[in-house]
Amino acid sequence: MLNYTFHWRPALNALPDMLSGALVSLQIAVLSMVIGVVFAVFLALGRQSSNKLFYGFSTGWVELARNTPALFQVYMTYFGLGSFGIQLDSYVALLAGIAFNNAGYLAETFRGGLRAIPHTQTRAARSLGMSAPQAFRLIVLPQMFRIVFYPMSNQMVWALLMTSLGVTVGLNTDLTGVTQDLNVRTFRTFEYFALAAVIYYLLAKLITLSSRLFAWRLFRY
Amino acid sequence: MIELKDVRKSFGSLEVLKGVTLTVQKGEVLSVIGGSGSGKSTMLMCINGLEPIQGGQILVDGIDVHARGTDLNKLRQRIGIVFQQWNAFPHLTVLENVMLAPRKVLGKSKREAEEIAVRQLTHVGLGEKLKVYPSKLSGGQQQRMAIARALAMQPDYMLFDEVTSALDPQLVGEVLDTLKMLSEEGMTMILVTHEIRFARDVSDRVAFFHKGLIHEIGAPEQVIGNPQKPETIEFLKSVL
Ligand SMILES: Nc1ncnc2c1ncn2[C@@H]1O[C@H](COP(=O)(O)OP(=O)(O)O)[C@@H](O)[C@H]1O
Ligand SMILES: [Mg+2]
Repeated sequence: MLNYTFHWRPALNALPDMLSGALVSLQIAVLSMVIGVVFAVFLALGRQSSNKLFYGFSTGWVELARNTPALFQVYMTYFGLGSFGIQLDSYVALLAGIAFNNAGYLAETFRGGLRAIPHTQTRAARSLGMSAPQAFRLIVLPQMFRIVFYPMSNQMVWALLMTSLGVTVGLNTDLTGVTQDLNVRTFRTFEYFALAAVIYYLLAKLITLSSRLFAWRLFRY
Repeated sequence: MIELKDVRKSFGSLEVLKGVTLTVQKGEVLSVIGGSGSGKSTMLMCINGLEPIQGGQILVDGIDVHARGTDLNKLRQRIGIVFQQWNAFPHLTVLENVMLAPRKVLGKSKREAEEIAVRQLTHVGLGEKLKVYPSKLSGGQQQRMAIARALAMQPDYMLFDEVTSALDPQLVGEVLDTLKMLSEEGMTMILVTHEIRFARDVSDRVAFFHKGLIHEIGAPEQVIGNPQKPETIEFLKSVL
């Protein structure tokens, strides 16, 4: 019945390659979060803007990001833009796709966070002579980031796991890509993917734990 | 000098200020008393342009607050305001709360801003609390911090909106002492308050606000000690 014998040694030999793939995955996750957070702030503002164009654009983005498969979003940045003559390379396309997804999800999280900050905070800031952008940047945003910090670290874990979609647009330097190449060469599917899963798991835990630590250092109030 | 000329202000169809005319001279302490909902807070917000007006004119040292070209951010640097809800910035320490506007609005260096902040905080009796977050302060301390924060901008005018109303009774005294100190230092102040005895004690003039209008105004001995209008008499009876 079970005629598959486990061979862990070659898998373990490939560990250094897989770990450097993991670094690429982590890098994409981090970059996609940085880009996603910046766009999410604008989208969150757009979602409460009275400017119809800004509102419509933000709402469209958020709806698409949250209600279509992440795989399609990555396909769109690779094949979709490609058919308009904008051919991104796999790495950039994956990064853009995940950043798009992050921004959509985070925008809604941020909007909730912004609503939790009393308007009187802005009024107090404005009464000290701060401009509206200053009040937002110096008073509102820092408080919002505390409120949304845990949902944000969840999104970061999601971003990491979404990097595995890179393999569908030909990325072979990230953890899934490296693993898939090894798999194709050796057909030791179970060992390699089990090992990759363990690495993803540990990275996800690392993200959760370090964000806890970060929050504890950062938010002392 | 702050001048209000026939100021009208509505929220939607609700007219809150119905033609308020008032002059506050440099160095003067004016207390504003009156029932809740009579438009006292709204008047203060209009004076520093936090709320627009629908009619009349407000001049601060001759500058029309609600004129098109007026730089409100600049104007507000000269008019401090402290609210009933003290609105400490919770993510900043006491020192940072007070330093922020001098740094970011007045463009002072970190050293200068810190010097100003320490001086103002010491002045209101919070010299020992510099590194503490507002959540660790009592209501009275937070309110004094808010006063120091406004004073750090070195304003020419200070507006106070029922700054003791949200405080536990035993904490009211320390904040009133701070206000009294400011008045003795010659700060020009408009003081909306329910502390009638205090108003009588520190004010040069008292205005009784009623239904969006200044109903009676004059020296404290007159408006509080010997009110003429029946509404004033009734209001004082209800609060004293
Ligand atoms: N932002 C606002 N929108 C609508 N109505 C308001 C607003 N602020 C105050 N009001 C109304 O204006 C009136 C005067 O309020 P306010 O100036 O706060 O009175 P006071 O400070 O004398 O108690 C009240 O009826 C209040 O409900
Ligand atoms: Mg009020």
